[in-house]
Amino acid sequence: MTLRLVFLGRLEDAAGVAEREIAVAGSLDAIMAALEPELSAALSDARIKLAVNGILVTDLASLTLRDGDELAFLPPVSGG
Amino acid sequence: MACLVRLIDGSFDPAAQLAAFSAAHAQAGGIASFIGQVRAGANEHGDVDALELQHYAPLTLPGMEALAAAAQTRWPLEGLLIIHRTGQMRPGDPIVLVAAAARHRRDAFAAAEFAMDHLKSDSWFWKREKAGGEWRWVEPREQDFADIRRWA
Repeated sequence: MTLRLVFLGRLEDAAGVAEREIAVAGSLDAIMAALEPELSAALSDARIKLAVNGILVTDLASLTLRDGDELAFLPPVSGG
Repeated sequence: MACLVRLIDGSFDPAAQLAAFSAAHAQAGGIASFIGQVRAGANEHGDVDALELQHYAPLTLPGMEALAAAAQTRWPLEGLLIIHRTGQMRPGDPIVLVAAAARHRRDAFAAAEFAMDHLKSDSWFWKREKAGGEWRWVEPREQDFADIRRWA
């Protein structure tokens, strides 16, 4: 399946792009394994949250991904 | 009660927005407002020439609307206005305007402060500053977390 990955904040610098598509088997572990080690390390930081199709994921263990899903990686916010 | 929540990518005029909000809420006895602007001055890398606020469309505006709804259930408000910039700004540019209209001032003050504390530390924005010719992401401040814990 093809997934769209979106990198927010400083993760955009770590990824080198704001968005990218990845063809991968549908699990978070498979995505992490397919990415560059430095990037997957940056994405694995415990403070980073994940949204799938605009919905914040609260239970990573029960995450199910489908073809065309958009995954946004959200580092700690610094707004206002 | 009327909530007006806007996320905008261009400049805005806080005074004009506030005047329109006041006129629309003549029945309110008090309006508390806050304007956040890009601070002129230096960070540890030199003078800050520009600031950029990034957002994530599927989350940012819905989150601001939920925040406005939470303020509305917590205080008896006549109206609430939240305007937040995204994109690139220069020192002195307005970033955010919050205004709360209520029959009595304490509700207006509290709701405006509640909204600002949550916009700072619990809304989907990422900030970077340009200083010395380089962009650097701004990390969250511990003070912002302390500010938001007051409302728990």
